[in-house]
Amino acid sequence: MARKGGSALRRARAWLPGLLLVTPSIIAIGVFVYGMLGWNFSLAMTDKHDEVSEGNFVGLQNFVDIWDEPRWHLSVNHAILFTVVFVLGALVLGWFLAFLMEKGIRGEGTFRAIYLFPMAISFVATGIVWRWLMNSGQDERAVGLNRLFDVVGLPQWAWFRDQDWGMAAMAIPAIWQMSGYVMALFLAGFRGIPEELREAARVDGCTEWGVYRHVVLPLLRPVTLSALIILGHISLKTFDLVMAVSGKQIITDVPAVFMWVAVFDFHDPAKGATIAAYIVLSVAVFVIPYLIWSVRKERRS
Amino acid sequence: MRRRWLAGITMAALLGLAACGGGGGTPAPSGQASGTGGGGKQQVEVFSWWTGPGEADGLKAMKEIFEKENPNLTFFDAAVAGGSGDKAKALLQSKLQADTPPDTFQGHAGAELLGYIKAGDLEDLTFLYDELKLKDAFPAQLVEQISHEGKIYSVPVNIHRSNILWFNPSVLKEAGVAAAPKTIEEFIAALEKVKAKGKIPLSIGSEWTVTHLMESVLLGSLGTDAYNALFKPGADWGSAAVTKALNDFAKIMSYAGDPQDDWQPAAAQVAEGQAAFNIMGDWAYGYFHNPPEGGLGKKSKTDFDWAPSPGTEGTYMWLSDSFTLPKGAKNRDGAVAWLKVAASKEGQDAFNPKKGSIPARKDADAALYTDYLGDALKDWSSNKLAGSVQHGVAVSQPWLASINESVGLFIGTKDVAALQKGLVDAAAANAQ
Repeated sequence: MARKGGSALRRARAWLPGLLLVTPSIIAIGVFVYGMLGWNFSLAMTDKHDEVSEGNFVGLQNFVDIWDEPRWHLSVNHAILFTVVFVLGALVLGWFLAFLMEKGIRGEGTFRAIYLFPMAISFVATGIVWRWLMNSGQDERAVGLNRLFDVVGLPQWAWFRDQDWGMAAMAIPAIWQMSGYVMALFLAGFRGIPEELREAARVDGCTEWGVYRHVVLPLLRPVTLSALIILGHISLKTFDLVMAVSGKQIITDVPAVFMWVAVFDFHDPAKGATIAAYIVLSVAVFVIPYLIWSVRKERRS
Repeated sequence: MRRRWLAGITMAALLGLAACGGGGGTPAPSGQASGTGGGGKQQVEVFSWWTGPGEADGLKAMKEIFEKENPNLTFFDAAVAGGSGDKAKALLQSKLQADTPPDTFQGHAGAELLGYIKAGDLEDLTFLYDELKLKDAFPAQLVEQISHEGKIYSVPVNIHRSNILWFNPSVLKEAGVAAAPKTIEEFIAALEKVKAKGKIPLSIGSEWTVTHLMESVLLGSLGTDAYNALFKPGADWGSAAVTKALNDFAKIMSYAGDPQDDWQPAAAQVAEGQAAFNIMGDWAYGYFHNPPEGGLGKKSKTDFDWAPSPGTEGTYMWLSDSFTLPKGAKNRDGAVAWLKVAASKEGQDAFNPKKGSIPARKDADAALYTDYLGDALKDWSSNKLAGSVQHGVAVSQPWLASINESVGLFIGTKDVAALQKGLVDAAAANAQ
């Protein structure tokens, strides 16, 4: 009996301090993250379309109705185009930078710092600078990049003011900002691949390109996946960059900006909450499979 | 064991960080202002978005008068930067919802305040209007247009004019346009002539400047009475007259240059001779006229000139900044004292020449207002009045948001029928 109690105490000593340490955070997260999420979803399922009304439960009505709005389609399309260009652009550019670094160029540390620095800047500052760089004035009215393109004889663009491809231009500052981070991820990935594996492939008569194609790239898959998740969720909830570059204009509308407008201009809390819920769900589509995958992987190892 | 401890600590730290990131914004201190200041003086928190050159100077001039007249009160400037008050309004929204309003806040006079009124955030100021005889000091049509169900909820400090056509006299001369166009038809003909010369016929800025253009075209095409009727209950936005006005608008928009970042670069295109016309409110005058840093340092009548926008001569499309009395203000007496200064001839004559606007009162000292402002003062007391859409007089905030959405979509699609349908739906959802 005494021995049994003693072992229970010993076991408690193993887990209790850790639990006590974590409890405040768990409560804070429970209230401020999951509690608020729940509140948001329940608000999205009411007809509280102004600040004064009480709001009755209407189920998924708001989630269905929003698809009747031309602006919602526009902002979803914008978000998709932005995500595709941004994620692919940052992955390819980040991979390429890491590839160059990995060759062991001189002053690697300096270059790494230079490429990583943009990440230290907030999207708002990036946006304000790029708004000027991507000014749509052309020929004698050109400033920023168009001026440069004019001088060297490249075609000039309307950038983010282009009706169809504006959001692709909007992704450029985001790529500029995040590709250094992706580079760091890939560089760590490259370094984690034992030299023997490449050596073995070379001995088997593999070309240098073949080594990358068949040995390095497959081994980088986990890194690529992490980068994809990180970039994807940043991209789907992008707000600050768009606001800094273009403000709340329809031509660059994305769900997060639409949400802001719904809450503060339309004064429609239920609509804002509906859009917020869609943003959370779209991010969850990226993040949850990743979480499941990494938990499984941890168990396996 | 030790490793587990370490893991526990790291975990806790991470979770703590995450919690801060997720929830830190919610319980943030919202307004530690208000209440008693030092030395037994009572503080009055005045919330505005006047932080730019000119407007901040005007506010300071009013503050000095206020503190001189009320030695026991101090002025606390709770201004939030950002043109047209987007950020200020968002912050104000959260303060009002938390029932910690500033003692008085700036808002565009008119329907923009409707949301606050319906939420029961504002006190009726009729008592102040009676005490100060403000109904005689302001034009009768202004009092009518800012009243809601017979009550008045704000004190207008200044008046701006929205329907101004700015033009570059030398570009017009070069294109063979003799004078500023007086009708929509003349305007379109003039735009065509400028286009033939290879200059930008009409400069535009970001999307709100296009809504601004649309309200002037609606007023010019429909006429003042039909325009004002659009904002009465049961108004018909689907009428043939509105269709014609929107077709005019679409035609005029087809002469627009590349959209600029905001209204300033669009206005600058006119002053610098790249563009012929720009329709913008009269705050552009200060931008054209003031010396560099705050403005462009251009000469009025030679580098730039103005006229009422086509078809709107004799009508003053107005907008106004006003101050309110929120319910539950900590220092209500102080706020009322501020409103008295804001309503006074002395306060308005101190503020407006600096801000580049005219007083709402009819008894302003005319000598203080020269050049453009002299013209504006003359028109203000003689013209018919119409309320601006983009600047919060004629429509509530949700209605304006719907209109802006329709106009924004129109810029992409150029579909007049869809624009009109959007405007009809917006009116149906929001008119009362």
